[in-house]
Amino acid sequence: MSIFSFFTRSRSAPVARDRLQILLAHERTLAGQSDLVAVLREEILTVIAKHVSIDRDKVNVKLECGNNVSTLEVNVEVMDQPKAAS
Amino acid sequence: MPKVMVVTSGKGGVGKTTSSASLGAALAQSGQNVVLIDFDVGLRNLDLVMGAERRVVFDLVNVVQGDAKLPQALIRDKRIETLSLLPASQTRDKDALTEDGVKTVIEELKEKFDWIICDSPAGIEKGAQLAMRFADTAVVVTNPEVSSVRDSDRIIGMLDSKTLRAENGETLEKHLLLTRYNAARAAKGEMLNVKDVLEILAIPLLGIVPESMDVLTASNVGCPVTLNTPDSVASKAYLEAARRLRGEKLDIVEPAERKGLMSRLFGWKAATA
Ligand SMILES: Nc1ncnc2c1ncn2[C@@H]1O[C@H](COP(=O)(O)OP(=O)(O)OP(=O)(O)O)[C@@H](O)[C@H]1O
Ligand SMILES: [Mg+2]
Repeated sequence: MSIFSFFTRSRSAPVARDRLQILLAHERTLAGQSDLVAVLREEILTVIAKHVSIDRDKVNVKLECGNNVSTLEVNVEVMDQPKAAS
Repeated sequence: MPKVMVVTSGKGGVGKTTSSASLGAALAQSGQNVVLIDFDVGLRNLDLVMGAERRVVFDLVNVVQGDAKLPQALIRDKRIETLSLLPASQTRDKDALTEDGVKTVIEELKEKFDWIICDSPAGIEKGAQLAMRFADTAVVVTNPEVSSVRDSDRIIGMLDSKTLRAENGETLEKHLLLTRYNAARAAKGEMLNVKDVLEILAIPLLGIVPESMDVLTASNVGCPVTLNTPDSVASKAYLEAARRLRGEKLDIVEPAERKGLMSRLFGWKAATA
């Protein structure tokens, strides 16, 4: 092992800094997530409910933060009976 | 105007109690009337660090629950007469505190003291939330280490959302106090350095307290380091931090490891009141 590899091994602080920066960027968006997802959920459901009947309890909204892209997943169970039946 | 200051961190064991005692003593040494409140109900330690453990009769929980009057529970420091301590209860748990009860105690203390310093328990639960609830100023104690920095970030988020000031849209001063700092290791890149931590947490720096034998000795003998060894590097860091809390603008010098080594002067802006 060269003296250089010893030198680089001891310099772990830059790695720590980079890991923290990535992690905290995520955690900070997550902190505001509860609100954002609730708002999105309401507005999306209002639009869908205009056209089809839905059960508001059978809706799943998920926000996932990946390395480069974040995905918003909305799962809505549409009811069988047509809206016109009422 | 009296100031309510919380000393908080999220992570345990980073130096909240040590810093509460040292900043409190430093402010009191400069003539301010200071009271320290230990919010770590069930795990009190501030009494021990202050050397007042044998003088505790009543505590914060007794006062909040109306079993004792505030003046009966306050312990006046024997060395500095402008410094007092309101100890935590050792036998109860954190649920014994209520928001209204804490509010009443703090309001009463505001009539007599210039600084009300709240030593927060670790964590982000009720105890930590009550300690920060009525704060005007926060000192976020952080070690140059990944988990401490992450937890500090979380606590900063809570200061911005869960305090009364935040809820009322008022500003709450936040200061970063970097403790247990090892300048030699940071210089070698083995430990996060001041710049890294400041860049990540993005709140103004109040001071840098080195990892120091003097701090351990001070807690061993139950005397704040600023009184026990006023000329030590750690004491100077706390004494200067206290002056910054009072609005003085002093450059922050990174503490050097060994005597004789020139301190490096950095251009970071000191926190302003
Ligand atoms: N600058 C320092 N140099 C050396 N040791 C230190 C320093 N600051 C604190 N310590 C030591 O670290 C330990 C933890 O400190 P302290 O009790 O102040 O932390 P805390 O954040 O209040 O902990 P807790 O979360 O349990 O309340 C103690 O043994 C203390 O003496
Ligand atoms: Mg403590």
